[in-house]
Amino acid sequence: MADSAMTAHHDHALEQSTEELWSGGQEPVKASYGKLMMWYFLISDTFTFAGFLIAYAAIRFAHPTHSAGAWNSWPDPNEVFSATPVTGHANLPLIFVTFMTFTLIVSSVTMVRAVQEGTRMNRKGVMFWMVWTILGGLVFVGSQAWEWQHLIHEGMTPTGNPFGAAAFGALFFIITGFHGAHVSVGVVINSIVLFQTWIGTYDRRGHYEMIEKVGLYWHFVDLVWVYVFMAFYLL
Amino acid sequence: MANAAISKPASHVHAEDHHHEEHHHEQGFISKYIFSTDHKTIAKQFLITGIIWAILGGALSVLFRIQLGYPDADLTWMKPILGRWLDEGGHILPEFYNALITMHGTILVFFVLTAGLSGTFSNLLIPLQLGARDMASGFINMLSYWFFFLSGAVMLASFFVPTGAASGGWTMYPPLSALAQSNEGSGFGTDLWITSIALFIVSVLLGGLNYVTTVINLRTKGMSIFRMPLTIWAFLFTAIIALLSFPALLAAGVLLLFDRGMGTSFFLSEIYTGGEALANAGGSPILYQHLFWFLGHPEVYIIILPAMGIVSEVLSVNSRKPVFGYKAMIYSIFAITVLSFLVWAHHMFVTGLNPFLGSIFVIFTLLIAIPSAIKVFNWIVTLYKGNIRFTPAMLFAIGFVALFIVGGLTGIFLGNSALDIDLHDTYFVVAHFHLVMGVAAFFGTFAGVYHWFPKMYGRYLNRTLGYIHFWITIVAAYLIFFPMHFMIGLPRRYPSHENFQFADMFGELNSFISLVAIISFAAQLLFVFNFFYSIFRGRKVRELNPWGATTLEWTTPIHPQHGNWPGEIPHVHRWPYDYGVNGREFIPQDEPEPGFVPEPEPVHRDPQNDQV
Repeated sequence: MADSAMTAHHDHALEQSTEELWSGGQEPVKASYGKLMMWYFLISDTFTFAGFLIAYAAIRFAHPTHSAGAWNSWPDPNEVFSATPVTGHANLPLIFVTFMTFTLIVSSVTMVRAVQEGTRMNRKGVMFWMVWTILGGLVFVGSQAWEWQHLIHEGMTPTGNPFGAAAFGALFFIITGFHGAHVSVGVVINSIVLFQTWIGTYDRRGHYEMIEKVGLYWHFVDLVWVYVFMAFYLL
Repeated sequence: MANAAISKPASHVHAEDHHHEEHHHEQGFISKYIFSTDHKTIAKQFLITGIIWAILGGALSVLFRIQLGYPDADLTWMKPILGRWLDEGGHILPEFYNALITMHGTILVFFVLTAGLSGTFSNLLIPLQLGARDMASGFINMLSYWFFFLSGAVMLASFFVPTGAASGGWTMYPPLSALAQSNEGSGFGTDLWITSIALFIVSVLLGGLNYVTTVINLRTKGMSIFRMPLTIWAFLFTAIIALLSFPALLAAGVLLLFDRGMGTSFFLSEIYTGGEALANAGGSPILYQHLFWFLGHPEVYIIILPAMGIVSEVLSVNSRKPVFGYKAMIYSIFAITVLSFLVWAHHMFVTGLNPFLGSIFVIFTLLIAIPSAIKVFNWIVTLYKGNIRFTPAMLFAIGFVALFIVGGLTGIFLGNSALDIDLHDTYFVVAHFHLVMGVAAFFGTFAGVYHWFPKMYGRYLNRTLGYIHFWITIVAAYLIFFPMHFMIGLPRRYPSHENFQFADMFGELNSFISLVAIISFAAQLLFVFNFFYSIFRGRKVRELNPWGATTLEWTTPIHPQHGNWPGEIPHVHRWPYDYGVNGREFIPQDEPEPGFVPEPEPVHRDPQNDQV
């Protein structure tokens, strides 16, 4: 009996049944409380974004489509988003937002590399890839700032929209603003984590789990952008 | 990676083993009582803050009951407090009446029965009953309390702004809440209301993260999920509901703030004020109602589930019998959790909802009766042939069951969309939700306070005062709310019914209800006196386990320090309801089975493995 108990404990991580895993005294899903908290926070935050996007859908489908040509028609994204900082008003629909989306997705890839170097306890590698991730975030937020000021310059505000329904502008600024705030917070958090990596906090702690946690957040922000992007730029 | 995952729990276990030694250091007053990270202190902070809010929220109801029951009463003597909210004759102004009911609802629903109930007992019991030194993150736990405090400070401030507190009803429907000109309370008071609730949502979120992760990760050895007391199951699902439903209100609140401050039209369309058309177009007030009730309905389960958990525990301990249908209780909680997200539109049957959609919400709403009835049945069978000890906690727990049945039955009426057309926004609704989730949840809270007060303060609450408190409260609850079922067609939220001739026949009844409400409020002050008196002067607890309960919180010292157990955390060997088995009155959860051989030291606690 004692022998079998010994064996059971020997291959601790690999051979435990579900029942044993949940029997107490251990982490049943093999995740620290910090990582679990991040997951639950992200699920909760998903519901906040869902609230906004459902409001978007409800309001959008209460308006005529852009082909109707009425004063309150939902605008055609190809018309609204056709400028870039380089080419000015040359008609390049969705080119700039493609660049923004590409930047954000690439910054997720660099974040994956940072997490990977973290599991290898490679401080320099983590720092290298974190710098690129932060840069990606900054470029994204900067691009968003340019796009906002451009649209405001064109006359789109939370209460008015030369391209069609005023609600488009209101929803656009709130939802992309809420997402942009998430990216900005992410950039700040990533910078703090970069600093802590630099001064060797995680080496002393013996693991780089913090990189994994901020990584989860960063991928979430990236994923949410896909939905925001789809709502305003594609549909 | 796999190695890292193994080593982490090990380092955690070692940290815990030395935990109690660290805390022999004297802590300063501020870190011990104010910015404390000890879950027990935070629980007390939530409880005492909740009690203060309950007194305020109750006092508001006394004021509007005076207006309803004694509309001619001269309140001029209250002029120094109420100021310009009284007219020349000393009567409450309609604007103030609206602010009173709004703040009464907001305070009781959010600050008392959400933060005061969940915040107190989830914090106190999750680590103690699961065998954990503290919450997963004491710091985040502390933040949760202080966000709640801040949220309360903002809400309190709204009473003192020139246009008064928010007055659009606790549901804050637009356009009343979206247009500052619609009512006095729709001014700055509503901005503060939204801000306060946003802070409150942050507090709930931070608390919920801790509750869920602590239950999952920090159970002591042997505390498998099906050995957790029903309190913990209730708190776990409460936290899950809160994490998923409050975000919808956050989204609604942000959009509402933009409608108010920036002139957007998310919830406004084709509005006329004073015969003039406003520029708002394209929005929908019904959208707000959907977002609000996506929180609002789950919110009532956030309130009632912890009370149910506490009642299950108190009934079992004081019947000296295992709780009947332990797993059925858990599955019922789970079913209620799932269904709570599928019924929100039953608050909106009369807002122009598609009747077909309404019928679907009727079905889901009535389905909730099944898990609720299972729970009621199990509570009653738990009592059946029990060796009942009528402690004040037990009386409140039984009172909870009674109130839940009475209030639940009228829920079946209201859940029918056809009947609801008649009953909507009448005193029938007021009676229903006050009995089923207002007073009932209070009874659950009281049961918890009377039961766990010895664990919190090492003293007992005064029993005689407890009995007086119980009997006045339960009789008053029925006298106040039962007659309201029969005030057919009387609209709620009206400061005066003098324009409805048929309402004249309810005049005396309304006076009677108001009288009882005031007596009942006085009885609550008796409890508050008992509470604060007993903290300092109550009879001292002399035995570790005064109620003869099986759960782990009674294995801690009478005055547990930060870290809860001075030595090793006890291991768990059985489920929490071993009452009256093997000829014994009860068997604590940490008592091993006869012939139990302790397991050898697990490999993952080998210090060498820690270096991986």
